[in-house]
Amino acid sequence: MQLSCPSPILQHETVQMAHGAGGRLSQELTARVFMPHLNNPVLDQLDDQARFDAEPGRIAFTTDTYVVTPVFFPGGNIGDLAVNGTVNDLCVGGAVPRYLSAGFVLEEGLPLVDLERIVRSMAEAARKAGVVIACGDTKVVQKGQCDRIFINTSGVGFIPPGRDVSCRNLLPGDAVLLSGTIGDHGMAILTTREGLSFQSRIQSDSAALNGMIADVLQAAPNLHAMRDPTRGGVAATLNELAASSSVGIELDEGVLPVREEVRGAAELLGIDPLTVANEGKVLLVVPAAEADASIAVLRAHEHGSEAAIIGEVVDEHPGMVVIRTSLGSRRILDMPLGEQLPRIC
Amino acid sequence: MKYIDEYRDPARAHALLDRIRQVARHDWTIMEVCGGQTHSILRNGIDQLLPSSIQLVHGPGCPVCVTPLETIDRALAIAAMPETILVSFGDMLRVPGSGKDLFMARSEGADVRIVFSPLEALQIARDNPEKEVVFLAVGFETTASANAMAVYQAAREGLGNFSELVSQVMVPPAMRAILSSPDNRVQAFLAAGHVCAIMGWEEYEPVAEEFDVPIVPAGFEPVDLLDAILKTVELLEAGNSGVLNAYGRVVSREGNPQARKVMNEVFEVADRPWRGIGVIPASGLVLCEQYACFDAEKRFDVGHIAPQESPLCKSGEVLQGHLKPSDCPAFGRECTPQTPLGATMVSSEGACAAYYRYHRNPKKQCN
Amino acid sequence: MCLAIPGKVVAVTDENGLKMGTVDINGSLTKACLEYVPDIQLGQYTIVHAGFALKIIDEEEAAESLKLWDELLGN
Repeated sequence: MQLSCPSPILQHETVQMAHGAGGRLSQELTARVFMPHLNNPVLDQLDDQARFDAEPGRIAFTTDTYVVTPVFFPGGNIGDLAVNGTVNDLCVGGAVPRYLSAGFVLEEGLPLVDLERIVRSMAEAARKAGVVIACGDTKVVQKGQCDRIFINTSGVGFIPPGRDVSCRNLLPGDAVLLSGTIGDHGMAILTTREGLSFQSRIQSDSAALNGMIADVLQAAPNLHAMRDPTRGGVAATLNELAASSSVGIELDEGVLPVREEVRGAAELLGIDPLTVANEGKVLLVVPAAEADASIAVLRAHEHGSEAAIIGEVVDEHPGMVVIRTSLGSRRILDMPLGEQLPRIC
Repeated sequence: MKYIDEYRDPARAHALLDRIRQVARHDWTIMEVCGGQTHSILRNGIDQLLPSSIQLVHGPGCPVCVTPLETIDRALAIAAMPETILVSFGDMLRVPGSGKDLFMARSEGADVRIVFSPLEALQIARDNPEKEVVFLAVGFETTASANAMAVYQAAREGLGNFSELVSQVMVPPAMRAILSSPDNRVQAFLAAGHVCAIMGWEEYEPVAEEFDVPIVPAGFEPVDLLDAILKTVELLEAGNSGVLNAYGRVVSREGNPQARKVMNEVFEVADRPWRGIGVIPASGLVLCEQYACFDAEKRFDVGHIAPQESPLCKSGEVLQGHLKPSDCPAFGRECTPQTPLGATMVSSEGACAAYYRYHRNPKKQCN
Repeated sequence: MCLAIPGKVVAVTDENGLKMGTVDINGSLTKACLEYVPDIQLGQYTIVHAGFALKIIDEEEAAESLKLWDELLGN
């Protein structure tokens, strides 16, 4: 279906229950809001399932559901967050991301201009990442039954034969690398939500990292593990990696990259940036011999300009992450407990 | 960061540590009465870096930890009432009441909101005129100054739907209680720097004199803390007592007169139970008669409250410095940050939580 | 207790009859009540706790302490 106008005038201003009922209004929603932005040869078939050819190697498959509030935040929105997040979940496993699904749960009354803005940015994010949104679904629930919009994205990619990137591969002596500044996304959300008290200048770092990671894999073919430090931040992710491989990890507090504004806001709210979500960063564990080459490749990339070697894998204290403070003392970096709450004490 | 990075400088910190090692000839036990300082000491490993002759003991400086169980239960009861909005600092959300905490209450449908400032609670009251907005006003004197202004302002605006559930405590009476205890081993205090920013240090002079101890108002960054510890050790080695200010850029003898004026207008001193410790006379602040209409305890009839502490919890002994968290039988077993038995494990600056997060293993030698 | 972070006052306003300000904390701007620091000037530093500026930071005192510590370093 071809439409000439990029922003069609819509009959309704907001999402109605009937938009999810599968009838004429559903078709209208698909035609007027989704297809103009998302159209591609796979999706345009409009069959009940997407069909595409397999590639050599193993299939990588992931899913994630996005319920972030606020839906629009500095540096992005729930839509591009969903696309970038799922792309990243695939490529940190060493997969080349290819196809995404997008399932929407819409709250009755959601302004259609908001929905269109979100869909448009998903299309843009997918285009930038070189992935195809191959299939989708929309349901509408009554007002109050969901918070404006929830999006589920599942993703399929292919891991080239012979590549084995896994959280169980860490070895003592490996270098631990971080692709950039920590805490940007989580603090952007938190300071926007705090609303009254903050004028946030902090931008979410939401970005698809598959291009950068493909470059790193060229420079470090023996890379052991990668993870994107989303919920729970670097602290959670490193603890997971240490536990999966039964090794210890030691970090250098002094070299952790943090933006000044993020530091300021985190200090004020009593939050540790190491526990805050990132949406455009990756932790990489590489054999020591490949560390310098990896850093060089990361720093040459727009999403990795602040990359740093932040620590190493050790055989002491397996399963535990320890920080060497800038004073020379040591402390445990624990697995964070759930949501980080601003504190005054 | 200006006024932070200079006080985290490793070179300055180590110069102070070297000086402490030169000066300390005897064993000394020093208590810091401020959870923020406890947090900083453990996070930066200052206790590891000090010579072993200097023992740092952590006091009841965590207002979250010492908020009576009954107050939490009362807050839960108010939150469960229809048409109420319970507003709180984030610190209080996971503190266990008799059966649950405010976080759980929220997940069960209660309108519980987190704010960073009591002024935001006032705005919530303005924005929701048909609801009762109750602010859980917890803290030491520093926060009392903010909580006082909220009530003062509510009175000025005639915000009839705003009230505070007050659980304010004060530092000097706690120091007296600790020093008066027959088991007391504390020989000197680091006083809480931001409490002193408001109250000044004049009220510590009689305490220092009566008990013949050094009291040193201290900051929070490693260099500030080490400087305060050095000054304290110098006083102890010389057999001197009294108050010596180590946080001069923020603390003056009389503190902040504007803040004290508003606090005196809105609050008055009363006896107060400290969770885990018991009643300490004249150690709390309550709303005075003129502002009684803003007292949530009077406004809401929550019925009978029968608080139930865990029999295994030894928070009180930890808070008074009689027990190290790692020596508590429940530590790390029945009591963890995920399954806290008492407030010292829940509050991010409670001594038990700090120990659990930073020092779960035997201490390692540092470089 | 009492997380209070230093920042620079970059704007002063009035809200509901209260003197309010914008404090720049390392590039993040937060709102703070200035009623307890009525004499604070733009460009001066303060510490912010629970949305309140508590004290004007005494820059001379701060400089003096740093000088003393640096002499200690020199020894």
